[in-house]
Amino acid sequence: MSEVVQPASLALAVSRPKTSPFDWRRAVPLLLAAPLLIYMLVFYALPVVAMLLRSVNDPTWTLSHYATLLDDVVFQKTFWITINTSVTVTLGCLILGYPVAMGLVRAKSMAPFILVVILLPFWTSVLVRSYAWMVLLGRHGLVNEALLALGMIDRPIRILNTPLATQIAMIHILLPYMILPIANALRQIDPSLIRAASGLGSTPFMTFRQVILPLSMSGVAAGTLLTFVLALGFYITPAMVGGPRDITLSMLIAQQVDQLNWAYAATLSAVLLATALAILAVARKLPGVGNAFRTSMR
Amino acid sequence: MTGMGTNGAGSGPVSGRGASVTLSNLEKTYDRANAAKAVDGVSLDIRSGEFLTMLGPSGSGKTTTLMMIAGFETPTAGDIAIDGKSVVAMPPYRRNIGMVFQNYALFPHLTVEENVGFPLKQRGVPKAERAKLVAEALELVHLPGYGARYPRQLSGGQQQRVAVARAVVFRPRLLLMDEPLGALDKQLRENLQLEMRRLHADLGITFIYVTHDQEEALTMSDRIAVMNDGKVAQVGSPEDLYDRPDNRFVAGFIGESNFLPAVVRGMEDNIVIAECEGALIRALCPGRPASGEKVTLTTRPERLRFADGVWAGTPPQNRLSVTVTEAVFAGERCRYMLQAGDGTSIVLKEPSSATIRRRAVGERAEIAWSVADTILV
Ligand SMILES: Nc1ncnc2c1ncn2[C@@H]1O[C@H](COP(=O)(O)OP(=O)(O)OP(=O)(O)O)[C@@H](O)[C@H]1O
Ligand SMILES: [Mg+2]
Repeated sequence: MSEVVQPASLALAVSRPKTSPFDWRRAVPLLLAAPLLIYMLVFYALPVVAMLLRSVNDPTWTLSHYATLLDDVVFQKTFWITINTSVTVTLGCLILGYPVAMGLVRAKSMAPFILVVILLPFWTSVLVRSYAWMVLLGRHGLVNEALLALGMIDRPIRILNTPLATQIAMIHILLPYMILPIANALRQIDPSLIRAASGLGSTPFMTFRQVILPLSMSGVAAGTLLTFVLALGFYITPAMVGGPRDITLSMLIAQQVDQLNWAYAATLSAVLLATALAILAVARKLPGVGNAFRTSMR
Repeated sequence: MTGMGTNGAGSGPVSGRGASVTLSNLEKTYDRANAAKAVDGVSLDIRSGEFLTMLGPSGSGKTTTLMMIAGFETPTAGDIAIDGKSVVAMPPYRRNIGMVFQNYALFPHLTVEENVGFPLKQRGVPKAERAKLVAEALELVHLPGYGARYPRQLSGGQQQRVAVARAVVFRPRLLLMDEPLGALDKQLRENLQLEMRRLHADLGITFIYVTHDQEEALTMSDRIAVMNDGKVAQVGSPEDLYDRPDNRFVAGFIGESNFLPAVVRGMEDNIVIAECEGALIRALCPGRPASGEKVTLTTRPERLRFADGVWAGTPPQNRLSVTVTEAVFAGERCRYMLQAGDGTSIVLKEPSSATIRRRAVGERAEIAWSVADTILV
């Protein structure tokens, strides 16, 4: 290692004035990033830390806020709903997203069009999209009208303000986060592997099972992780289209803040953050996934 | 090998262990807008158990032809028959053909064992028998004990062997290889060339081998199909192609050739007499060119000699006066650039020996070579 490095560092030493105590060239990237770093520190990191601190020092240093969560029925139900919603939404995204990712990778002239359709939700605000779902899923919305017209139902059914509405809207909003990492992994599969499989006697379905699916698992892992962690923190969509009693953790936090119940809100936030970090930490330890995560984040 | 090779191309008039392949007027155009034909009317009869090489410059349609035989590309026109049965409508996974890709195409998520066992698994071979066949195949390519490794843990040459083992483990009657040694260094390539020959002799199946390396083609093949511009320029044994090229492309592509412009003056049986740089040169000629027609004669540099040298037997008939314009000593041989009359340059290669006098630049000399080494193209 050191032998390999030596010539380069020697050259550097020669070209650098020996008197200079500080290598400015190395400092340049740091200097360029400094304004943003300072901004993030002052307006993001400090408030988050200050908020989280409230869970342990309000009114005095204590862990009692966490202790009460252990037999807080509201918290436990909310936590369960949040996890349940996130799992359902992630599975929904996976089932709907995988075929789309395959289509995107296989499409030739259609690919840019498909990509635009996938990315369209990215360019629209979550608020607008949630309003759109309210319109679609309402008592006299498009979905009910269509089902009525098809004769599948006799009178409008209740979709809006149910967990189903939350799931439908969240799947729509989170789909790109699932599709793009999977498409990325699929694109990296050498096409000659698929030909080889076919030439060796594998039907298209067997090729999918034994070659394409295993080789895209890195993308599946990255997409699943991303979608799940994002779903954990969803607030606007479940608040707007979900049921009044199906409260997620972030809704509960907002509610507590409204009531100026800062310590409780901070404790819930800490739990939500810890859950997301724990999932990421465990996932990174799984063989292959950590790698995939780093690749897709690049 | 019970229960295998019964699907796909395995039925039909079968002779020997290798499949026969017939390409008739095969054509392929990739996109309709650009009507250039990647393969343009290829007809070839590949015999059962033969080692046939497709040799040609880049873009001559070798890979395209191979892909059509394997079933990865659909011919625009023409037919492909394996053992007398057309396979054009058959998907690749039903054709039962072994294939080695240039980049080997080993499955990165499977071990060597699983890679080699892959075609057996697709055919429903039970696990125990699979393990036995995989071990046999790995032994065949001299890689026993590597089964548990992943492809990325192997050298290029080892990966190539795994690819070959995987392509033959299910005993296909036909093995296709697209430049399988192209990514390897020269030394390894030469070793593996010999192994391919041995493998071909051991298995007795038909090999169709694609390369753009003429030396590889000459040393390995029973027959070579020289491809140019999507067409077959000539098919024949290595000796046929080297000694009796049909046309100027083949003469120039395989080995080194001298081209002598000449004018036909007469015929004697199947020997043409033509005038070249003031001398009468005799050449082998299958056709009957008219007197006065302008033609090109070709001959190999190493078949030419200086006429005043030592001859075993009668000196050959064809003679030409030349001037030495360049003399290069290259170890085992001397290479001379000569000029005949008004401008035709000729290359002569002479084995080097302490007893042979070396010619100096500017020296005048006479060269001689036999009629059998002269072809009209
Ligand atoms: N998928 C494709 N789409 C369009 N044109 C193609 C495609 N594949 C090959 N071609 C064209 O067809 C012609 C023949 O290509 P092919 O790959 O068969 O040549 P080759 O003899 O294998 O050459 P090489 O020695 O470089 O591998 C070339 O002109 C090439 O540009
Ligand atoms: Mg090719």
